[in-house]
Amino acid sequence: MTKPRVRWHIAVFLAPAVLIYSAVMIFPLFNTLRLALYSRVDQERIFTGLDNFRTLFFDPIWAEQFWNALGNNFWFFLVHMLVQNPIGIALAAILSHPRLRFAALYRSAIFIPTILSFVIIGFAWKLILSPIWGIAPSMLDAVGLKSLFAPWLGKEEYALTTLALISVWQFVGIPMMLIYAALLSIPEEILEAGEIDGITGLAAFWKIKLPLILPSIGIISILTFVGNFNAFDLIYASQGALAGPDYSTDILGTFMYRTFFGFQLQLGDPHMGSAIAGAMFAIILVGVCIYLFGIQTRMRRYQL
Amino acid sequence: MLRKSLTIALTTTALTATAAWAEDVTLTIESWRNDDLTLWQDKIIPAFEAKHPGIKVKFTPSAPAEYNAVLNSKLDAGSAGDLITCRPFDASLALFEAGHLADLDDMEAMNNFSDVAKSAWQTDDGSASFCVPMASVIHGFIYNADAFAELGIDAPETEAEFFAALDKIREDGTYIPMAMGTNDQWEAATMGYNNIGPNYWKGEEGRRALIAGEQKLTDEAWTAPYATLAKWAPYLGDGYEAQTYPDSQNLFTLGRAAIYPAGSWEISGFNTQADFQMGAFKPPVQNAGDTCYISDHTDIGIGMNAATDHPEAAKTFLAWVGSPEFASIFGNALPGFFPLSKEPVELADPLAKEFVSWRGECESTIRSTYQILSRGTPNLENETWGASVAAIKGTASPEELGAKLQDGLASWYAPQQ
Repeated sequence: MTKPRVRWHIAVFLAPAVLIYSAVMIFPLFNTLRLALYSRVDQERIFTGLDNFRTLFFDPIWAEQFWNALGNNFWFFLVHMLVQNPIGIALAAILSHPRLRFAALYRSAIFIPTILSFVIIGFAWKLILSPIWGIAPSMLDAVGLKSLFAPWLGKEEYALTTLALISVWQFVGIPMMLIYAALLSIPEEILEAGEIDGITGLAAFWKIKLPLILPSIGIISILTFVGNFNAFDLIYASQGALAGPDYSTDILGTFMYRTFFGFQLQLGDPHMGSAIAGAMFAIILVGVCIYLFGIQTRMRRYQL
Repeated sequence: MLRKSLTIALTTTALTATAAWAEDVTLTIESWRNDDLTLWQDKIIPAFEAKHPGIKVKFTPSAPAEYNAVLNSKLDAGSAGDLITCRPFDASLALFEAGHLADLDDMEAMNNFSDVAKSAWQTDDGSASFCVPMASVIHGFIYNADAFAELGIDAPETEAEFFAALDKIREDGTYIPMAMGTNDQWEAATMGYNNIGPNYWKGEEGRRALIAGEQKLTDEAWTAPYATLAKWAPYLGDGYEAQTYPDSQNLFTLGRAAIYPAGSWEISGFNTQADFQMGAFKPPVQNAGDTCYISDHTDIGIGMNAATDHPEAAKTFLAWVGSPEFASIFGNALPGFFPLSKEPVELADPLAKEFVSWRGECESTIRSTYQILSRGTPNLENETWGASVAAIKGTASPEELGAKLQDGLASWYAPQQ
C-alpha cells in the first residue's frame, strides 16, 4: 500500500493569498481587538480588560455619543435600503427591457459616480447645495419653489438624510449592475413559458423575475449593511471630523476616527478608539450572521 | 563593552576623517508651516547663516494635518530634526514629558518674552519652559472700509455701536452685514466666542480663575458671550447654517459682506484677494472707556530636540529666534503672525499694524479653552465649538449651554468638582 502523496501544490498555491491576507487583514484585526483591552496611564500601557467597553457603553458621556452615532448609522442604512436598493432594482428592470434605446449610455452614466472619489462627491455636492454659490437654490428659484430651499447640510434635522441621499446617488449603480446581471441570466424560455400561461409585462416581473433575483437582492442588502456601518469618508469630507451640526451626522466611523486619532485639542486615544472599532466589528458580525443563518438558508432557490 | 569601544573607535575615525570640515554643523528644523518654506529659505535662514558662519540650517516642513503624527514617529525612531516647531499647549507638553524636548529655562533669550507668551510652552506649574515663543495671532474684526465710508459708519468701539452699525448695513441692503457661517463650527467658537469673550471674563483674570476652579462656566462672565452671539444670527448671510469657512472668506474679499470676524492670520490672504480698503476694529466693549481685552493667542514656538547631536548650535539658533532681528524679519514677512517678544516690532503692513497696536491699549490673553482645560473627555474646546454654534442658531439658551459645558468639565477636572 502506498502512502497518499502529499499534495504540496495546494499549500504553494494557497500561500500567497493566505500570507498577504493574514498580514494585512487578520493580524491587524486581532491586534486592534487586543489594543481595546489596554489603557494608557502615565505614559505606560496597562491591561484593563473590558474596562474600555464599560466606559463606552455605560459612562454617560461616552454612551450618549456612542448611541447617537449608532442611531445615526441605522438611519443612514435605512435610507439606503429604502431608497438606493428599490431604485437600483427599478433601474435594472428598465435597463434590461429589450426595446430600450441607449441602454449602454444610461448604464454607464448611472454607474460613473460610483468610481468617483468621496472627496470629489463631498465637495461637488457641498457646492451644489451651497446657499451662497450653489445651483440648487437658483434651480429651485427658476421653477418658483425657492421657498422649499433650506441650507440642508447645516440643519440638524436634515443634514444626515441629505448626506445619505448623496451617498445613495453615488452608489445606486452597484445594486443596479448586480441586479441587471441577474436579470440577464434569466433564460428566455422561462419568460416565454410564462407568456403562454398569460403572465406578461409587470406581472412577469413580480411573479417570475423578482423571485429569481431574490438571492442577488440579499447579497446587495448585506453589502449595503457592511458598507454603511463602515462608512466614514463622505461624512468626513463634507462635514469634518466633528460631524456637525451638533453631531447630527456623526456615525460610528467618524466617532471612531475622532477618538482614535484625536481632533484639534483632543489628543488621540488608540485604546478607546480600538474599543469603538471592536464594537463596530461586533455589530457588523452580528448583522452578517443574522443574514447568513436567518435569511439566506431559508431563501428558496430555483434551478434555472 | 565591545560595542562601546567599537563606537568610540568609529567616532574617532569619523572625527579624524572629517576634521577638515567638521565645524560646519547642519541643523534641521521640523515644522508644519509648509506655506512658509520660501520665507525660511530666502529670508530667515540666510540672515542667520550670515551672522553665524559654521552653522547651516535646513527647513523641512511636513503637511499641517500630518505634522503631529509624523513628528511623534520620527522622535520615537530617533530621526527627528534638531529643532522642532512647537504646537501650543498639550501637544508639545506631551513631547516634553516624554523627554523629547529640552528644558530651555536657563536660556537668556527667554527673558525677552512675557509670561502670557511663554504660557503655551510651559509645564502647568510654570517651572520649565521648553519652546521659544515665535508668533501669536490676534482676534478682532476686519471691515470693508469702502463700504463703511459709503454708508457713513465709523468703526464701532462699544457693543451698542457695533449692533447699530450692523443694523445700518442691513437696512441699506447692499452688503451682508457680517460674513460668518456655522457649518465648520470652529469659526463660531474661535472667531466668535473667544474673540468677544475676553471682554466679559476680563482676559487672564477670568481664564486663570476658571483653571483654578474659582469661576464656573455657568457664571455670567462665561455665558454672556453666548447671549451676544445669539444676537449675531440675523446679521449673517442667508443660509449661514451651511456656510463654510472659505465661503465666508470669499464673501468678504469679493466685497459682498461688510464685516468679517477675524483672526489676524487672514491678513496676508485678504491683502492679495480684496481690491478695496480694509480696516480693523477690536472686539467692542460694553461701555465706552472700559478696559479692553484681546485674544492674543500664542500659536507657534520652536524648541530643541533633546536628542540632538548639536545642542550648542541649536541653542545659538534658538537665541537668535528670541532676538529682535528675527522678530522683525518674521513679523514683516508674515503680516498677521505677530512676534511675541516684549520689544515692539515695527511692522509695515497697515492692517497688521492696526491689530498689533491693540497690544498697547488692551490687556492680552489667550483662548480660554486651550490651556489644561481641554485635556479630558468631553473635550472642552470641541464642546465650545458646538455650544457657540447652538448659541448663534438659538437652539439652546446661554444658561443651558453654560450648564452643559460646566457638567462636562466638572466630570473630569478636579478643581471644578
